[in-house]
Amino acid sequence: MRKQSLRIHCSNGHLGFAPTKEESFWIGAKTKPDYYCCDSGSDDIGPVPLGADKCASHPEWQKHDLELMLLASREQGVPMIIGSSGDTGTNSRVDMYIGFIKEIAAKHRLKPFKLGYFYSEVDKAYLLKKMRGGEAIEGLDSRGPLTESELERTNRIVAVAGVHPFIKCLEMGADVIIGGRSSDCAVFAAPAIFHGLPENYAYYGGKVLECASFCCEPYGGKETIIGEITADDVKVTAMHPVQRCTVASVAGHAMYERTNPYFEYVAGGKLDMTDCVYEQFDDKTCRISNAKFIPIEGRVKVKLEGSGFVGERYMGMAGIRDPYTIKHIDKVIQWAKDQVEERLHGKDYQLSYRIFGKNGVMGDLEPVKETRSHELLVVVEGVSPDDKVAEEATLIGTRQIFYARLPEVKGTAGTAAFILDEVVKVSAAYEWTMNHTVAVDDPMELFPTRMITVG
Amino acid sequence: MKTVKLVDLAKTIRSKNAGTDRITFDIIFRERENYDLVRKSGAITRQTVAALFGIPAARIVDFVEFDPGFAIKFTIDRLRPSGSFGEGDVFGCQQYAPLLDVEIPRGNGAK
Repeated sequence: MRKQSLRIHCSNGHLGFAPTKEESFWIGAKTKPDYYCCDSGSDDIGPVPLGADKCASHPEWQKHDLELMLLASREQGVPMIIGSSGDTGTNSRVDMYIGFIKEIAAKHRLKPFKLGYFYSEVDKAYLLKKMRGGEAIEGLDSRGPLTESELERTNRIVAVAGVHPFIKCLEMGADVIIGGRSSDCAVFAAPAIFHGLPENYAYYGGKVLECASFCCEPYGGKETIIGEITADDVKVTAMHPVQRCTVASVAGHAMYERTNPYFEYVAGGKLDMTDCVYEQFDDKTCRISNAKFIPIEGRVKVKLEGSGFVGERYMGMAGIRDPYTIKHIDKVIQWAKDQVEERLHGKDYQLSYRIFGKNGVMGDLEPVKETRSHELLVVVEGVSPDDKVAEEATLIGTRQIFYARLPEVKGTAGTAAFILDEVVKVSAAYEWTMNHTVAVDDPMELFPTRMITVG
Repeated sequence: MKTVKLVDLAKTIRSKNAGTDRITFDIIFRERENYDLVRKSGAITRQTVAALFGIPAARIVDFVEFDPGFAIKFTIDRLRPSGSFGEGDVFGCQQYAPLLDVEIPRGNGAK
Protein backbone atom coordinates (compact mmCIF):
# COMPACT_ATOMS: atom_id res chain seq x y z
CA MET A 1 0.00 0.00 0.00
CA ARG A 2 1.53 3.30 -1.10
CA LYS A 3 1.64 6.12 1.40
CA GLN A 4 2.47 9.82 0.99
CA SER A 5 4.08 9.92 4.39
CA LEU A 6 4.98 7.49 7.13
CA ARG A 7 5.30 8.38 10.80
CA ILE A 8 7.54 6.03 12.80
CA HIS A 9 7.75 5.92 16.60
CA CYS A 10 11.15 5.03 18.10
CA SER A 11 11.37 4.73 21.87
CA ASN A 12 14.81 3.28 22.51
CA GLY A 13 18.13 3.24 20.66
CA HIS A 14 18.95 -0.23 21.99
CA LEU A 15 15.77 -1.82 23.25
CA GLY A 16 16.25 -3.56 26.58
CA PHE A 17 19.79 -2.29 27.25
CA ALA A 18 18.31 0.25 29.68
CA PRO A 19 14.54 0.52 30.16
CA THR A 20 12.48 2.79 27.88
CA LYS A 21 11.18 5.93 29.59
CA GLU A 22 7.41 5.70 29.63
CA GLU A 23 6.21 9.32 29.70
CA SER A 24 7.54 10.25 26.28
CA PHE A 25 6.63 6.79 24.94
CA TRP A 26 2.93 7.45 25.59
CA ILE A 27 3.11 11.09 24.42
CA GLY A 28 4.36 9.67 21.13
CA ALA A 29 1.79 6.87 21.09
CA LYS A 30 -1.06 9.39 21.48
CA THR A 31 -0.13 10.90 18.12
CA LYS A 32 -1.02 7.54 16.53
CA PRO A 33 2.11 6.76 14.53
CA ASP A 34 2.03 4.35 11.58
CA TYR A 35 4.75 2.07 12.99
CA TYR A 36 6.53 1.29 16.24
CA CYS A 37 10.15 0.37 15.51
CA CYS A 38 13.26 -0.28 17.60
CA ASP A 39 16.66 -1.73 17.14
CA SER A 40 17.70 -3.99 20.03
CA GLY A 41 21.35 -4.78 19.42
CA SER A 42 24.83 -3.56 18.71
CA ASP A 43 28.40 -4.71 18.23
CA ASP A 44 29.23 -1.99 20.77
CA ILE A 45 28.88 -4.39 23.67
CA GLY A 46 32.00 -6.35 22.76
CA PRO A 47 32.48 -9.90 21.48
CA VAL A 48 31.36 -11.80 24.60
CA PRO A 49 27.56 -11.87 24.09
CA LEU A 50 27.84 -13.06 20.48
CA GLY A 51 30.55 -15.61 21.26
CA ALA A 52 28.84 -17.01 24.34
CA ASP A 53 25.35 -16.57 22.81
CA LYS A 54 23.95 -14.60 25.69
CA CYS A 55 22.45 -11.17 26.34
CA ALA A 56 24.06 -8.03 27.69
CA SER A 57 20.63 -6.72 28.68
CA HIS A 58 18.39 -7.79 31.54
CA PRO A 59 15.38 -9.90 30.44
CA GLU A 60 12.98 -7.87 32.58
CA TRP A 61 14.03 -4.66 30.78
CA GLN A 62 13.66 -6.35 27.39
CA LYS A 63 10.16 -7.56 28.32
CA HIS A 64 9.24 -4.15 29.70
CA ASP A 65 10.18 -2.42 26.46
CA LEU A 66 8.56 -5.05 24.23
CA GLU A 67 5.38 -4.90 26.31
CA LEU A 68 5.05 -1.13 25.81
CA MET A 69 5.48 -1.47 22.06
CA LEU A 70 3.24 -4.51 21.68
CA LEU A 71 0.37 -3.02 23.71
CA ALA A 72 0.51 0.35 21.92
CA SER A 73 0.79 -1.16 18.44
CA ARG A 74 -1.90 -3.82 18.93
CA GLU A 75 -4.24 -1.22 20.49
CA GLN A 76 -3.84 0.90 17.38
CA GLY A 77 -3.69 -2.02 14.93
CA VAL A 78 -0.37 -0.95 13.39
CA PRO A 79 2.83 -2.99 12.98
CA MET A 80 5.82 -3.11 15.31
CA ILE A 81 9.33 -4.03 14.18
CA ILE A 82 12.35 -5.13 16.20
CA GLY A 83 15.83 -5.55 14.73
CA SER A 84 18.92 -7.26 16.23
CA SER A 85 16.87 -9.02 18.89
CA GLY A 86 18.44 -9.57 22.30
CA ASP A 87 21.67 -7.55 21.74
CA THR A 88 23.28 -9.88 19.20
CA GLY A 89 20.46 -11.03 16.90
CA THR A 90 21.50 -14.68 17.08
CA ASN A 91 18.90 -17.39 16.45
CA SER A 92 18.50 -18.11 20.15
CA ARG A 93 17.84 -14.42 20.87
CA VAL A 94 15.17 -14.28 18.12
CA ASP A 95 13.50 -17.35 19.64
CA MET A 96 13.72 -15.77 23.09
CA TYR A 97 12.02 -12.57 21.87
CA ILE A 98 9.28 -14.58 20.16
CA GLY A 99 8.75 -16.28 23.53
CA PHE A 100 8.52 -12.89 25.26
CA ILE A 101 5.97 -11.66 22.69
CA LYS A 102 3.84 -14.79 23.21
CA GLU A 103 4.06 -14.37 26.98
CA ILE A 104 3.02 -10.70 26.84
CA ALA A 105 0.19 -11.46 24.38
CA ALA A 106 -1.14 -14.19 26.67
CA LYS A 107 -0.84 -11.98 29.77
CA HIS A 108 -2.96 -9.27 28.13
CA ARG A 109 -5.23 -11.69 26.22
CA LEU A 110 -4.45 -9.95 22.93
CA LYS A 111 -6.41 -10.95 19.85
CA PRO A 112 -4.48 -13.23 17.46
CA PHE A 113 -1.87 -11.52 15.28
CA LYS A 114 0.74 -12.50 12.73
CA LEU A 115 4.37 -12.55 13.80
CA GLY A 116 7.07 -12.62 11.13
CA TYR A 117 10.66 -13.40 12.05
CA PHE A 118 14.00 -14.13 10.48
CA TYR A 119 17.32 -15.62 11.50
CA SER A 120 20.75 -14.15 10.79
CA GLU A 121 23.29 -16.75 11.87
CA VAL A 122 25.72 -17.90 9.21
CA ASP A 123 27.15 -21.39 9.00
CA LYS A 124 30.95 -21.59 8.90
CA ALA A 125 30.72 -24.31 6.23
CA TYR A 126 28.84 -21.89 3.93
CA LEU A 127 31.70 -19.39 4.09
CA LEU A 128 34.41 -22.03 3.87
CA LYS A 129 32.83 -23.35 0.67
CA LYS A 130 32.83 -19.86 -0.83
CA MET A 131 36.45 -19.28 0.21
CA ARG A 132 37.62 -22.60 -1.21
CA GLY A 133 35.69 -21.78 -4.37
CA GLY A 134 38.02 -18.80 -4.79
CA GLU A 135 35.74 -16.08 -3.43
CA ALA A 136 37.27 -13.58 -1.01
CA ILE A 137 35.40 -12.68 2.17
CA GLU A 138 36.53 -9.06 2.19
CA GLY A 139 37.64 -7.37 5.40
CA LEU A 140 36.08 -4.12 6.59
CA ASP A 141 37.90 -1.14 8.08
CA SER A 142 41.57 -2.08 8.19
CA ARG A 143 41.12 -5.86 8.01
CA GLY A 144 42.33 -8.07 5.21
CA PRO A 145 40.30 -10.85 3.59
CA LEU A 146 39.15 -13.60 5.96
CA THR A 147 41.62 -16.44 6.41
CA GLU A 148 40.72 -20.06 7.09
CA SER A 149 42.40 -19.89 10.49
CA GLU A 150 40.32 -16.83 11.48
CA LEU A 151 37.20 -18.68 10.40
CA GLU A 152 38.35 -21.76 12.29
CA ARG A 153 38.65 -19.92 15.60
CA THR A 154 35.27 -18.20 15.19
CA ASN A 155 32.49 -19.65 17.34
CA ARG A 156 29.47 -17.77 16.04
CA ILE A 157 28.74 -15.56 13.04
CA VAL A 158 25.80 -13.28 12.29
CA ALA A 159 25.05 -11.54 9.01
CA VAL A 160 23.78 -7.98 9.28
CA ALA A 161 20.48 -7.77 7.37
CA GLY A 162 19.41 -4.82 5.28
CA VAL A 163 15.78 -4.06 4.54
CA HIS A 164 15.13 -7.28 2.60
CA PRO A 165 13.85 -9.71 5.26
CA PHE A 166 11.81 -6.97 6.97
CA ILE A 167 10.09 -6.10 3.69
CA LYS A 168 9.47 -9.81 3.08
CA CYS A 169 7.75 -10.09 6.48
CA LEU A 170 5.63 -7.00 5.73
CA GLU A 171 4.65 -8.47 2.35
CA MET A 172 3.53 -11.61 4.16
CA GLY A 173 1.29 -9.45 6.35
CA ALA A 174 3.23 -9.40 9.60
CA ASP A 175 1.79 -7.38 12.49
CA VAL A 176 4.93 -7.92 14.54
CA ILE A 177 8.44 -8.53 13.20
CA ILE A 178 11.19 -10.03 15.35
CA GLY A 179 14.42 -9.67 13.44
CA GLY A 180 17.83 -11.29 13.71
CA ARG A 181 20.94 -9.14 13.41
CA SER A 182 20.25 -6.18 11.15
CA SER A 183 21.46 -2.70 10.27
CA ASP A 184 19.90 -0.29 12.72
CA CYS A 185 18.61 1.94 9.98
CA ALA A 186 17.04 -0.94 8.00
CA VAL A 187 14.49 -1.43 10.80
CA PHE A 188 13.01 1.98 9.89
CA ALA A 189 13.87 2.15 6.18
CA ALA A 190 12.08 -1.15 5.44
CA PRO A 191 8.51 0.00 6.17
CA ALA A 192 9.10 3.29 4.32
CA ILE A 193 10.33 1.45 1.23
CA PHE A 194 7.49 -1.08 1.58
CA HIS A 195 5.02 1.81 1.40
CA GLY A 196 6.61 3.22 -1.75
CA LEU A 197 8.66 6.05 -0.26
CA PRO A 198 12.05 6.79 -1.85
CA GLU A 199 15.16 5.05 -0.58
CA ASN A 200 17.08 8.25 0.18
CA TYR A 201 14.58 9.44 2.79
CA ALA A 202 13.77 5.93 3.94
CA TYR A 203 17.42 5.32 4.85
CA TYR A 204 18.00 8.84 6.16
CA GLY A 205 14.91 8.40 8.34
CA GLY A 206 16.36 5.16 9.63
CA LYS A 207 19.71 6.76 10.26
CA VAL A 208 18.29 9.61 12.32
CA LEU A 209 15.72 7.52 14.21
CA GLU A 210 17.82 4.52 15.21
CA CYS A 211 19.27 5.98 18.41
CA ALA A 212 15.95 7.47 19.58
CA SER A 213 16.53 10.60 21.68
CA PHE A 214 20.31 10.66 21.11
CA CYS A 215 19.55 13.09 18.25
CA CYS A 216 17.84 15.52 20.68
CA GLU A 217 18.99 18.18 23.08
CA PRO A 218 19.36 18.39 26.00
CA TYR A 219 21.13 15.02 26.18
CA GLY A 220 19.05 12.21 27.62
CA GLY A 221 18.71 8.64 26.35
CA LYS A 222 15.77 6.22 26.15
CA GLU A 223 13.20 8.89 25.29
CA THR A 224 10.83 8.64 22.33
CA ILE A 225 11.14 10.49 19.04
CA ILE A 226 8.95 10.34 15.94
CA GLY A 227 10.23 10.58 12.41
CA GLU A 228 8.02 11.43 9.45
CA ILE A 229 9.34 10.22 6.12
CA THR A 230 7.94 11.67 2.89
CA ALA A 231 9.03 11.80 -0.76
CA ASP A 232 10.67 15.18 -0.12
CA ASP A 233 12.14 15.13 3.37
CA VAL A 234 12.41 13.67 6.85
CA LYS A 235 11.07 15.50 9.88
CA VAL A 236 12.16 14.30 13.29
CA THR A 237 10.40 15.43 16.47
CA ALA A 238 11.29 14.98 20.14
CA MET A 239 8.43 13.66 22.31
CA HIS A 240 9.92 14.34 25.73
CA PRO A 241 8.50 17.61 27.12
CA VAL A 242 11.88 19.33 27.47
CA GLN A 243 13.77 17.77 24.56
CA ARG A 244 14.03 19.25 21.08
CA CYS A 245 15.39 18.10 17.75
CA THR A 246 17.52 21.00 16.60
CA VAL A 247 19.69 21.53 13.55
CA ALA A 248 22.74 21.18 15.79
CA SER A 249 21.55 18.07 17.60
CA VAL A 250 20.43 16.25 14.45
CA ALA A 251 23.46 17.22 12.35
CA GLY A 252 25.67 16.31 15.30
CA HIS A 253 24.08 12.90 15.54
CA ALA A 254 24.93 12.18 11.89
CA MET A 255 28.51 11.76 13.11
CA TYR A 256 27.78 9.42 15.95
CA GLU A 257 29.55 6.03 16.00
CA ARG A 258 30.84 6.25 12.46
CA THR A 259 34.16 6.90 10.81
CA ASN A 260 32.78 9.35 8.29
CA PRO A 261 29.77 11.60 8.89
CA TYR A 262 28.76 11.69 5.25
CA PHE A 263 28.13 8.01 4.48
CA GLU A 264 26.10 5.17 5.94
CA TYR A 265 26.62 1.74 4.36
CA VAL A 266 23.86 -0.87 4.27
CA ALA A 267 23.32 -4.13 2.44
CA GLY A 268 22.33 -2.79 -0.98
CA GLY A 269 24.06 0.58 -1.13
CA LYS A 270 25.09 3.68 0.74
CA LEU A 271 23.32 6.72 2.10
CA ASP A 272 25.13 9.92 1.09
CA MET A 273 24.54 12.77 3.55
CA THR A 274 27.15 15.12 2.06
CA ASP A 275 24.64 17.69 0.80
CA CYS A 276 21.96 17.26 3.45
CA VAL A 277 20.13 20.45 4.39
CA TYR A 278 19.03 20.82 8.01
CA GLU A 279 16.31 23.32 8.99
CA GLN A 280 14.45 24.08 12.21
CA PHE A 281 10.88 23.16 11.21
CA ASP A 282 9.18 23.97 14.49
CA ASP A 283 10.29 24.22 18.11
CA LYS A 284 10.77 20.46 18.58
CA THR A 285 11.27 19.37 14.97
CA CYS A 286 14.23 19.36 12.59
CA ARG A 287 13.63 18.93 8.85
CA ILE A 288 16.25 17.23 6.71
CA SER A 289 16.28 17.26 2.92
CA ASN A 290 18.65 16.54 0.05
CA ALA A 291 19.84 13.12 1.23
CA LYS A 292 20.98 10.76 -1.52
CA PHE A 293 21.02 6.99 -1.79
CA ILE A 294 23.46 5.25 -4.09
CA PRO A 295 22.53 1.62 -4.79
CA ILE A 296 25.42 -0.83 -5.03
CA GLU A 297 26.48 -1.92 -8.50
CA GLY A 298 26.59 -5.68 -8.84
CA ARG A 299 26.06 -8.15 -6.03
CA VAL A 300 24.80 -7.05 -2.64
CA LYS A 301 27.48 -7.15 0.09
CA VAL A 302 26.32 -8.23 3.52
CA LYS A 303 28.33 -7.45 6.63
CA LEU A 304 29.39 -10.37 8.84
CA GLU A 305 30.26 -10.25 12.53
CA GLY A 306 32.10 -13.15 14.14
CA SER A 307 33.28 -13.86 17.66
CA GLY A 308 35.81 -16.49 18.74
CA PHE A 309 36.70 -18.06 22.10
CA VAL A 310 40.01 -17.04 23.65
CA GLY A 311 39.84 -18.66 27.08
CA GLU A 312 38.20 -18.97 30.46
CA ARG A 313 38.81 -15.82 32.44
CA TYR A 314 39.37 -14.74 36.04
CA MET A 315 39.88 -11.30 37.50
CA GLY A 316 41.73 -10.05 40.58
CA MET A 317 42.25 -6.58 42.06
CA ALA A 318 44.97 -5.09 44.23
CA GLY A 319 45.23 -1.58 45.68
CA ILE A 320 48.53 0.16 46.34
CA ARG A 321 49.13 3.22 48.56
CA ASP A 322 52.87 3.17 49.40
CA PRO A 323 54.55 5.90 47.30
CA TYR A 324 57.75 3.88 46.97
CA THR A 325 55.78 0.92 45.61
CA ILE A 326 53.81 3.20 43.29
CA LYS A 327 57.06 4.60 41.95
CA HIS A 328 58.27 1.08 41.21
CA ILE A 329 54.97 -0.35 40.02
CA ASP A 330 56.44 -1.76 36.82
CA LYS A 331 58.95 -3.80 38.85
CA VAL A 332 56.12 -5.03 41.07
CA ILE A 333 54.12 -6.21 38.07
CA GLN A 334 57.17 -7.87 36.57
CA TRP A 335 57.77 -9.69 39.85
CA ALA A 336 54.19 -11.00 39.86
CA LYS A 337 54.41 -12.08 36.22
CA ASP A 338 57.68 -13.89 36.88
CA GLN A 339 56.14 -15.74 39.79
CA VAL A 340 53.28 -16.93 37.58
CA GLU A 341 55.68 -18.03 34.86
CA GLU A 342 57.86 -19.86 37.35
CA ARG A 343 54.88 -21.89 38.51
CA LEU A 344 53.01 -22.32 35.19
CA HIS A 345 55.90 -22.50 32.73
CA GLY A 346 54.85 -24.32 29.57
CA LYS A 347 51.12 -23.98 30.28
CA ASP A 348 48.82 -22.06 27.90
CA TYR A 349 47.85 -18.85 29.68
CA GLN A 350 47.87 -15.06 29.24
CA LEU A 351 47.96 -12.34 31.88
CA SER A 352 46.95 -8.72 31.57
CA TYR A 353 47.58 -5.93 34.07
CA ARG A 354 45.73 -2.65 33.85
CA ILE A 355 46.95 -0.08 36.35
CA PHE A 356 44.31 2.51 37.23
CA GLY A 357 45.95 5.70 38.45
CA LYS A 358 48.65 5.22 35.81
CA ASN A 359 47.12 4.41 32.39
CA GLY A 360 44.38 1.90 33.14
CA VAL A 361 41.78 3.62 30.96
CA MET A 362 43.83 4.60 27.93
CA GLY A 363 46.72 2.16 27.87
CA ASP A 364 48.97 2.90 24.89
CA LEU A 365 47.01 6.06 24.01
CA GLU A 366 47.69 7.75 27.38
CA PRO A 367 49.84 10.84 26.92
CA VAL A 368 50.42 11.33 30.67
CA LYS A 369 53.52 9.26 31.27
CA GLU A 370 54.38 10.01 34.89
CA THR A 371 52.07 8.55 37.52
CA ARG A 372 50.48 11.39 39.48
CA SER A 373 48.12 9.45 41.69
CA HIS A 374 48.71 8.78 45.38
CA GLU A 375 47.07 5.37 45.03
CA LEU A 376 46.74 2.75 42.31
CA LEU A 377 44.33 -0.04 41.51
CA VAL A 378 45.80 -2.96 39.63
CA VAL A 379 43.27 -5.10 37.76
CA VAL A 380 44.62 -8.48 36.83
CA GLU A 381 43.00 -10.64 34.17
CA GLY A 382 44.11 -14.16 33.44
CA VAL A 383 42.87 -16.38 30.63
CA SER A 384 43.51 -19.92 29.54
CA PRO A 385 41.56 -22.52 27.59
CA ASP A 386 41.94 -24.55 30.81
CA ASP A 387 39.75 -23.11 33.55
CA LYS A 388 42.05 -24.29 36.37
CA VAL A 389 45.11 -22.73 34.75
CA ALA A 390 43.24 -19.45 34.24
CA GLU A 391 42.29 -19.40 37.91
CA GLU A 392 45.75 -20.23 39.17
CA ALA A 393 47.49 -17.74 36.88
CA THR A 394 45.17 -14.95 38.00
CA LEU A 395 45.48 -15.87 41.67
CA ILE A 396 49.27 -16.00 41.66
CA GLY A 397 49.42 -12.89 39.47
CA THR A 398 47.29 -10.97 41.96
CA ARG A 399 48.59 -12.33 45.26
CA GLN A 400 52.23 -11.89 44.34
CA ILE A 401 51.63 -8.13 44.13
CA PHE A 402 51.32 -8.48 47.93
CA TYR A 403 54.70 -10.24 48.13
CA ALA A 404 56.59 -7.99 45.74
CA ARG A 405 60.27 -7.74 46.69
CA LEU A 406 61.47 -4.18 46.51
CA PRO A 407 64.85 -3.46 48.16
CA GLU A 408 63.89 -0.37 50.15
CA VAL A 409 60.22 -0.82 50.88
CA LYS A 410 59.33 0.17 54.45
CA GLY A 411 56.10 -1.80 54.62
CA THR A 412 57.33 -5.33 55.02
CA ALA A 413 53.97 -6.83 55.98
CA GLY A 414 52.46 -6.70 52.49
CA THR A 415 52.70 -4.44 49.46
CA ALA A 416 49.05 -4.51 48.39
CA ALA A 417 45.57 -3.93 49.83
CA PHE A 418 42.79 -6.34 48.85
CA ILE A 419 39.06 -5.82 48.95
CA LEU A 420 38.89 -9.59 48.72
CA ASP A 421 41.92 -11.84 48.81
CA GLU A 422 40.52 -13.99 46.01
CA VAL A 423 39.95 -13.89 42.27
CA VAL A 424 36.57 -14.07 40.58
CA LYS A 425 35.49 -16.04 37.56
CA VAL A 426 34.03 -13.72 34.93
CA SER A 427 32.73 -14.25 31.40
CA ALA A 428 35.09 -16.18 29.17
CA ALA A 429 37.22 -14.01 26.91
CA TYR A 430 36.20 -13.77 23.26
CA GLU A 431 37.52 -11.72 20.39
CA TRP A 432 35.98 -10.14 17.31
CA THR A 433 37.40 -12.53 14.73
CA MET A 434 35.29 -11.24 11.86
CA ASN A 435 34.32 -7.78 10.61
CA HIS A 436 33.93 -8.66 6.95
CA THR A 437 31.46 -8.73 4.07
CA VAL A 438 30.15 -11.51 1.88
CA ALA A 439 28.75 -10.89 -1.60
CA VAL A 440 25.44 -12.62 -2.35
CA ASP A 441 23.21 -13.01 -5.40
CA ASP A 442 20.07 -12.87 -3.29
CA PRO A 443 20.24 -11.00 0.04
CA MET A 444 17.49 -13.28 1.35
CA GLU A 445 19.73 -16.36 1.15
CA LEU A 446 21.27 -15.47 4.52
CA PHE A 447 18.00 -14.66 6.27
CA PRO A 448 15.42 -17.48 6.43
CA THR A 449 12.07 -15.80 7.10
CA ARG A 450 8.99 -17.36 8.66
CA MET A 451 5.52 -16.45 9.87
CA ILE A 452 3.45 -17.70 12.79
CA THR A 453 0.16 -16.68 14.39
CA VAL A 454 0.30 -15.66 18.06
CA GLY A 455 -2.79 -16.01 20.26
CA MET B 1 50.32 34.51 21.87
CA LYS B 2 47.19 34.17 23.98
CA THR B 3 45.58 30.77 23.88
CA VAL B 4 42.34 29.18 25.05
CA LYS B 5 41.75 25.53 25.88
CA LEU B 6 39.69 23.45 23.47
CA VAL B 7 37.36 22.49 26.32
CA ASP B 8 36.36 26.16 26.63
CA LEU B 9 35.47 26.46 22.93
CA ALA B 10 33.72 23.18 22.14
CA LYS B 11 30.20 22.12 23.11
CA THR B 12 30.96 18.41 22.91
CA ILE B 13 34.22 16.47 22.93
CA ARG B 14 33.70 12.71 22.84
CA SER B 15 35.04 9.37 21.70
CA LYS B 16 33.10 6.24 20.79
CA ASN B 17 33.44 2.96 18.94
CA ALA B 18 32.99 3.15 15.19
CA GLY B 19 32.48 -0.54 14.68
CA THR B 20 34.62 -3.17 16.37
CA ASP B 21 38.02 -2.06 15.11
CA ARG B 22 38.04 1.72 15.39
CA ILE B 23 37.44 4.60 17.79
CA THR B 24 36.06 7.87 16.48
CA PHE B 25 36.50 11.29 18.10
CA ASP B 26 34.07 14.21 17.70
CA ILE B 27 34.78 17.83 18.59
CA ILE B 28 31.54 19.77 18.15
CA PHE B 29 31.03 23.53 18.44
CA ARG B 30 27.91 25.53 19.12
CA GLU B 31 28.98 28.50 17.01
CA ARG B 32 30.57 28.68 13.61
CA GLU B 33 33.09 31.25 14.96
CA ASN B 34 34.68 28.80 17.37
CA TYR B 35 34.57 26.01 14.81
CA ASP B 36 36.38 28.19 12.29
CA LEU B 37 38.84 29.43 14.90
CA VAL B 38 39.92 25.90 15.82
CA ARG B 39 39.84 24.63 12.25
CA LYS B 40 42.08 27.43 11.02
CA SER B 41 44.37 27.47 14.06
CA GLY B 42 46.28 24.39 12.94
CA ALA B 43 46.13 23.08 16.51
CA ILE B 44 43.85 20.17 15.60
CA THR B 45 45.15 18.35 12.56
CA ARG B 46 45.96 14.77 11.69
CA GLN B 47 49.56 15.42 12.76
CA THR B 48 48.82 17.20 16.04
CA VAL B 49 46.36 14.61 17.28
CA ALA B 50 48.73 11.79 16.29
CA ALA B 51 51.42 13.50 18.36
CA LEU B 52 49.01 14.09 21.25
CA PHE B 53 48.09 10.40 21.49
CA GLY B 54 51.62 9.26 20.67
CA ILE B 55 50.62 7.22 17.62
CA PRO B 56 51.79 7.20 13.99
CA ALA B 57 49.69 9.43 11.75
CA ALA B 58 48.85 6.34 9.68
CA ARG B 59 46.74 5.04 12.57
CA ILE B 60 44.40 7.98 12.00
CA VAL B 61 42.30 6.51 9.23
CA ASP B 62 40.00 9.48 8.69
CA PHE B 63 40.07 13.16 9.56
CA VAL B 64 37.04 15.23 8.50
CA GLU B 65 35.76 18.74 8.99
CA PHE B 66 31.98 18.46 9.07
CA ASP B 67 30.46 21.88 8.32
CA PRO B 68 26.77 20.98 8.84
CA GLY B 69 27.56 20.02 12.44
CA PHE B 70 30.35 22.60 13.13
CA ALA B 71 32.48 19.60 13.97
CA ILE B 72 35.94 18.14 13.56
CA LYS B 73 36.04 14.39 13.52
CA PHE B 74 38.84 11.86 13.34
CA THR B 75 39.02 8.12 13.67
CA ILE B 76 41.81 5.80 14.78
CA ASP B 77 42.44 2.11 14.35
CA ARG B 78 42.40 0.14 17.57
CA LEU B 79 45.44 -2.09 18.02
CA ARG B 80 43.08 -4.93 18.89
CA PRO B 81 39.30 -5.12 18.40
CA SER B 82 37.03 -3.73 21.14
CA GLY B 83 36.55 -6.05 24.09
CA SER B 84 39.62 -8.16 23.30
CA PHE B 85 41.44 -9.69 26.26
CA GLY B 86 43.39 -6.98 28.07
CA GLU B 87 41.52 -4.06 26.49
CA GLY B 88 40.23 -1.42 28.89
CA ASP B 89 37.43 0.49 27.15
CA VAL B 90 34.86 -1.70 25.42
CA PHE B 91 32.79 1.28 24.19
CA GLY B 92 35.82 3.43 23.41
CA CYS B 93 34.11 6.32 25.18
CA GLN B 94 36.85 7.51 27.60
CA GLN B 95 39.67 8.18 25.15
CA TYR B 96 38.99 11.87 24.43
CA ALA B 97 40.32 13.44 27.66
CA PRO B 98 43.72 14.56 26.28
CA LEU B 99 41.87 16.74 23.75
CA LEU B 100 40.29 18.90 26.46
CA ASP B 101 43.49 20.74 27.32
CA VAL B 102 44.78 21.40 23.81
CA GLU B 103 45.72 25.08 23.63
CA ILE B 104 44.17 26.98 20.72
CA PRO B 105 45.74 30.31 19.64
CA ARG B 106 42.95 32.77 20.37
CA GLY B 107 43.04 35.18 17.42
CA ASN B 108 39.99 37.46 17.39
CA GLY B 109 37.30 34.93 16.63
CA ALA B 110 36.63 33.21 19.96
CA LYS B 111 33.32 33.86 21.68
